[in-house]
Amino acid sequence: MKNSGWILVLAVATFGALVAAGLAQDDLFRAHMFILTLTLGVGTLYLLRTGSFEPAVPVDPDAYLDGPIKVGTVLTVFWGVVGFLVGVVVALQMAYPDLNIEPWFNFGRMRPLHTSAVVFAFGGSALLTTSLYVVQRTTRARLFGGDLAWFVMWGYQLFIVMAATGYLLGISQGREYAEPEWYVDIWLTIVWVAYLVLFLGTLVKRKEPHIYVANWFYLAFIVTVAMLHVVNNLAVPVSFLGVKSYSAFSGVQDALTQWWYGHNAVGFFLTAGFLGMMYYFLPKQAGRPVYSYRLSIIHFWALIFLYIWAGPHHLYYTALPDWAQTLGMVFSIMLWMPSWGGMINGLLTLRGAWDKIRTDPIIRMMVVAVAFYGMSTFEGPVMSIRSVNALSHYTNWTIGHVHSGALGWVGMISFGAVYFLTPRLWNRERLYSLRMVNWHFWLATLGIVIYAAVMWVAGITQGLMWREYNDQGFLVYSFAEVVAAMHPYYVLRAVGGLLYLAGGIVMAVNVALTIKGHVRAERPLVPAAPQMKLAA
Amino acid sequence: MSILDRHDVIERNVTLLLVLSLLVVAIGGIVEIAPLFFFQNTIEKVDGMRPYTPLELAGRNIYVREGCYVCHSQMIRPFRDEVERYGHYSLAAESMYDHPFQWGSARTGPDLARVGDRYSSQWHVDHLNDPRAVVPESIMPKYAFLGQTTLDTRLIGADLSANAMVGVPYSQAMIDNAKADLFAQANPNGDPSGLESRYAKVRVEDFDGDPSRVTEMDALVAYLQVLGTMVDFSSYDESANNR
Repeated sequence: MKNSGWILVLAVATFGALVAAGLAQDDLFRAHMFILTLTLGVGTLYLLRTGSFEPAVPVDPDAYLDGPIKVGTVLTVFWGVVGFLVGVVVALQMAYPDLNIEPWFNFGRMRPLHTSAVVFAFGGSALLTTSLYVVQRTTRARLFGGDLAWFVMWGYQLFIVMAATGYLLGISQGREYAEPEWYVDIWLTIVWVAYLVLFLGTLVKRKEPHIYVANWFYLAFIVTVAMLHVVNNLAVPVSFLGVKSYSAFSGVQDALTQWWYGHNAVGFFLTAGFLGMMYYFLPKQAGRPVYSYRLSIIHFWALIFLYIWAGPHHLYYTALPDWAQTLGMVFSIMLWMPSWGGMINGLLTLRGAWDKIRTDPIIRMMVVAVAFYGMSTFEGPVMSIRSVNALSHYTNWTIGHVHSGALGWVGMISFGAVYFLTPRLWNRERLYSLRMVNWHFWLATLGIVIYAAVMWVAGITQGLMWREYNDQGFLVYSFAEVVAAMHPYYVLRAVGGLLYLAGGIVMAVNVALTIKGHVRAERPLVPAAPQMKLAA
Repeated sequence: MSILDRHDVIERNVTLLLVLSLLVVAIGGIVEIAPLFFFQNTIEKVDGMRPYTPLELAGRNIYVREGCYVCHSQMIRPFRDEVERYGHYSLAAESMYDHPFQWGSARTGPDLARVGDRYSSQWHVDHLNDPRAVVPESIMPKYAFLGQTTLDTRLIGADLSANAMVGVPYSQAMIDNAKADLFAQANPNGDPSGLESRYAKVRVEDFDGDPSRVTEMDALVAYLQVLGTMVDFSSYDESANNR
């Protein structure tokens, strides 16, 4: 029977999860294992229902394996909308605290749900999906390892489900952007090693002598994230049948390990991987080669070398020794150079094709993504100057900075890739509607601009109010007064997020209708050039 | 430009690309993080730091579980306004037993590094039950369920053992008496001598005001009340600890 091996594995795993639930040492672990049992059980039933006893059709060993990529495209869109929605909810919770519903939907549990949903579920699915597409097209080889790609795609989704449900139940390591507990971390490690094997294996069997630049970035992203994830999550579990673990390091060493991880989750997960996306999809959509091959070499090596040093800029003026803070600052500022090198390489790829920004909303999305990449990688080094950071740290300015990068760069380049992939993967002549892409573009851009501007003002206001003295030498504002002053900004920020979410929903509808094979009858975005009437 | 032309070699060799990438990304972390474990002056010499009592540790685990760190920092920077608002700037030694550290990255709410002994336990209970009843401007969620949830103490001994494995100086006696010490700290009418012999300057109190049982509220408030109170600043030599 088709998939009989996988059905067996899943059935055994389902049973194992049930046994773990029975033997659980604490209530949270029991609840989490029941969720795992349910998830794996549904997976088993699904495979059983879709199995057939007809002899398998032999697979063409040279054909691209696009099944997991189609699934990944749909999941990227799905998690995107979910992540933006949770983002709007947590934004509203900060404006209207009565929206917190204890214990499961309190802000402290919802916020990791939001960050993980957008970074790991939306961003991670986008990276998996595009990397598997790009590596096949640029090596002209089928994905390595038979069903390995399916395992990686669904295994990663299982990680997301376990992480997300864990947060709401109250299972957290208390490490920002690395909240999942030890057993979920081990599962992610297994999936990630499989991903590395899948990617490397495909590179090894390539039919192109050269490895294309996009793959360097994807490879560096996979390898570095593996290193960061393993080191940062070293911990001793209290019980092998319980949720709780204690991190291997403590205090100041733990802080730097965590921010070495945290900053490079930005540097490698949200930057290097998405640069791989830029280096493939932008030239493809523009129909132009990458501006400079040599610049891409410098961009790559300088970026991956410098990024890893920047972690201490999250710990200025803390109990971290000064020498480490200074190193972090120097490298953070140097990082500006490769970042802008990459931005220039991306933007100048459009040389001679700038008119497409007017005619093609997908190109416009990608270009705005690269522009936001440039803006946030300029803002980042500025904020990592110690005296600037003294003001900006702990304030909403940081939140604004992260979102200009995440919504502007990561989001927009992923949307561009999704719009590029959907018609090609499902063999559609074109997207259901280009006008909807245009709507998505403007909703998202307006949302980002509102979000970032509001958070700048909020953050600087907050920082200045905290440190304001009157002429008698007393602090002017109590902490609670500063909280109250943030209210209008929190409301406006939610409006920005809502616009971005609306854009995401427009995309979901557009992608769904494209997959179903509909084509919207609509006026072209740009009217055909008016015919010149020459006087005879 | 000859070096760039030779990049061709790396582009044709997967192993080389993999190994070189890994080397290049490993350097920064090794140079920055590894010395922190070896340099003696990374953590100042102070008097007064002790491991958390079992009840405080259980409270800390609730602090971690609820994600308090997403809004509250525990790291006071050496600025005039912060020292005036929150107290002496934080020392590395003060989080040396914190697995994981909870310095935080945002101050949606105030810093908590020295919140201990600042308010009464009753204030904390009222505030956690309904923050806006105490601080009208607050946007903190309500945590009334903590007072209605009996603390799960089944694994508290194993909690201490796991901490001992990662380097917190819990003695065998502390591990063996973990559960008894936990209940002793929340019971002002009992005999705290064993607890007090194992943990210096321990605060024994019915933290949540409900003597019938030990709740998660007891544990969390016990933890909040010890935050920033351990180091004896009268014997702390600031100039000797310049780093």
